[in-house]
This record gives sequence, structure tokens and C-alpha cells, in this order.
Amino acid sequence: MRWGRRAASRVTAAADLTRTAIELRGVSHDYGDRPVLRDLSLTLAESRVGVVGGNGSGKSTFARLLNGLVVPTEGTVLVDGLDTRTQLREVRRRVGFVFQDPDAQIVLPTVAEDVGFGLTNLGVPPEERARRVEEVLVRYGLAGHRDHPAHLLSGGQKQLLAIAGVLVMAPQRVVFDEPTTLLDLANTRRIARVVEELEQDVVVVTHHLDLLAGFDRVLVFEDGRVVADGAPAETVRWYVDRMS
Amino acid sequence: MTLSLYVPVASPVHRAPAGLKLGLLAALAVALFLVGRLAVAGGVLAAVLLLGVGVARLPVRALVAQVRPVWPWLVLLLAFHLVFTDWRTGTLVVLRLLTLVVAAAVVTSTTRVTELVAVVEWLARPLAVLGIRPARIGLVIAMTLRFIPLIAERAAAIREAQAARGATGMRWGMLVPLLVQVLRLAHTLGEALDARGADAPAPPRRAGASAP
Repeated sequence: MRWGRRAASRVTAAADLTRTAIELRGVSHDYGDRPVLRDLSLTLAESRVGVVGGNGSGKSTFARLLNGLVVPTEGTVLVDGLDTRTQLREVRRRVGFVFQDPDAQIVLPTVAEDVGFGLTNLGVPPEERARRVEEVLVRYGLAGHRDHPAHLLSGGQKQLLAIAGVLVMAPQRVVFDEPTTLLDLANTRRIARVVEELEQDVVVVTHHLDLLAGFDRVLVFEDGRVVADGAPAETVRWYVDRMS
Repeated sequence: MTLSLYVPVASPVHRAPAGLKLGLLAALAVALFLVGRLAVAGGVLAAVLLLGVGVARLPVRALVAQVRPVWPWLVLLLAFHLVFTDWRTGTLVVLRLLTLVVAAAVVTSTTRVTELVAVVEWLARPLAVLGIRPARIGLVIAMTLRFIPLIAERAAAIREAQAARGATGMRWGMLVPLLVQVLRLAHTLGEALDARGADAPAPPRRAGASAP
């Protein structure tokens, strides 16, 4: 099953779509005595990067390094040359993050209020905030739920709301941490379409390998290391064989 | 379960500033207790109902839903006065409380949570001299409203999981798994707040910003 890419129809949402590059230099990370990432050095300059691996392989920690949610125990993560350790706010303006569980990401009680949350934090004036919120709600089919309580939305709508709350801030790159894990097939396809239509560069951590069709690069994590790195066709096949 | 009671309708009451509505509600609460005549209290209740249903065009069921949890207390109050004072005093007290509950329902049904929170933030502005950010107080209130239903859902899911394995009734045993889930949720929520810029310095405010 493939969703195919429709680059020509992608939605322009980022304020500045200059290509970003994320560079990891000798990165290791431990949680207490437990090492989760070991000596990673790589550069992510592609538009579509997928990350796969077993549970506990370090891929979610890797994703969190990319916008400074996790600062490495050793080494450096640079986003367009900005160090996530010292230039965190600028890094987070450039790299948005969508979590696996949208319930943990939706902060305010109603749909429109939650979408506007990040813009309020950025100090965006109310008129512009309202315009950008409306634009994103319409784009993701949430305009009819504008004043609905967020917790009454379906799982797929909640994930769309979580994505809308990130995209309204116009990041240049979006990191998705298992965005379809809690969703049914129809909603998984819906989120896949949203991801493929994004103008922004994306990094997607996932167990749904179909999501990676048409990606530029796939990394396979195992025991805190990248054990395979290349085009999706070969890399995913190699990963599936290894897991069999 | 929902704590977000806003009913989206285009009406003058919806458009009125949240600060004005909350101020009038507070004034009504004081004024009602100065009213000693049944006819006046009944008239005020009718006026509030007219404002809610007629002017704000709120569905009657939205108001009834907010009044329903208070009914048992109103009945108890009336019974108390029938026993210890007289029916006239009891009816007056019940009318006062009912009017206040309906008026509060009109305010919450016509005002978005963010507008109410903005009033709280404005009222908390003097605390800024103590180093307290009013926006933080507002965020805590809004997040409380958002997460109470979510935590109730998680508790219900744990109850179901325990019932599926033969447990019955309400038990203390559900508290530990619920606490673990809430702590995990809090951890991810903290990350999400960081990722969405909640740790940024307070945004600049326009000069002369006034009450919402």
C-alpha cells in the first residue's frame, strides 16, 4: 500500500521555507545509568526522513534531540548551525514537534483556543492570531469544531488538532513521534496525507512502514545506534527481514 | 463530562466583554441579597432567563443542564426553611440562588474560556510586582478545565480494565495506576508546553492594554 507523493499539491504553511539541516556530532544520551543513544554523527538535510526501530531502540529520544526537548549527555545537535543546548528558543521556532498521544499535547479546552496557544506564546497580535488560527482550522477540516471541547473529538481529529497547533507556528521542519500509533486505518491514511502534503521538511518516527513510501531517507535504530541508513525501498526491506 | 460550556451563537451577550459580564454577575450576587420581596426576586429571575434565552439565544437545555446539579440542594434548602422558618423565606432564598446559578450559566455559556482566563490574568496583574506571571495563573486555570475531563476518562478506562478482570465497585486499587498515568501525562505535557513555546518570556503587550 502506498499513498504516493503529491509534491505539487503540498500546502505552503511555513513562514520561511529555506531548507534546514540538522547535524548531530558525536551525540550520546543516557537516562541515569541506561545509555539510550551512542555516538551518533549524521546530518539530516533531506526533505523526508523516516526513523524506524524496535521499542526501546532510542528513536523517540533521537526525535526529541532534534528540537531540544532532550539535550544530549555528550556531543552537539545543531539546527541550521544553532546549538540546541544554547539557542533553544530559536531552535524550537524552526522545528515543531508532534507527539504520539495528542491528548498530552492539547493544552486548552476548546479547539480554536488550543490552536492559538503557541501563537500567544510567540506574542502574535490578536488579529493576526485569529486569521492564522482560522486558516489552519479550515485547512485541516476543523473549522466546524472551532468552539467544541477538545476532549470530545475523535482520535483522528485530536491528532489533526495537535498537528494544526504545531503548524500554525510555521516551523521550517516538523518532527512526528509515532503520529499514527493510536489511530485506526482511515485516520492513519488521513494523517499520512497531511504529512505528505506538508511543504515543510519532516522527520517521522513510526512503526507504520507504509507511511515512509516516497520518503528520501530512512534510518533504522537498534540499541541506540543507527544500523541502517539509506533509501526507503532497501532500508525498510532490510529492517523487515531483520525483524522477521 | 465537559467543563467547557461555551455555546457558540452570534448575540450581543456573546459579544459583550468578559470583564463586563463577570462584573455584572458579581454586582447581581450582591444586589440579590439586598432584595427582600418575593415578587422582585421572581422578576429578576425572569429577567435573567429572558436575557439568556431571548437575547443570548441559548438553548433552554443548556441552561437546564447547568442548573440540574443544583436542584437537590435547592430542594433541601427549601425543606430546611419550611421546617425552621417559613415558606416565604425559603422561596426567597431558593429564588436568589437559582437566579445566581442561571446568571452564571448565561455568563459561562456566552464567554470563551480564554476570555474568562484573560480577565483572571488582568485581575492578577498586580501580582507581577512579586515576580508572579499572571499568564501562568491563567494557563493553570485553562489547563485545569482541559485536563479534568481527560483524567476522568483515564480513570473510567482503568475502572473498565479492572472490571474486565473481575473487580467490582470503586476501589483504592485504581489510584496507583491512575497516578502513574497522570504522572506520565504530566511529563509529556511539560514537553509539549516547551515545544509550543510556553517557556518563552512574556510576549510584549501593547501600551495602554486595558481590561478584557
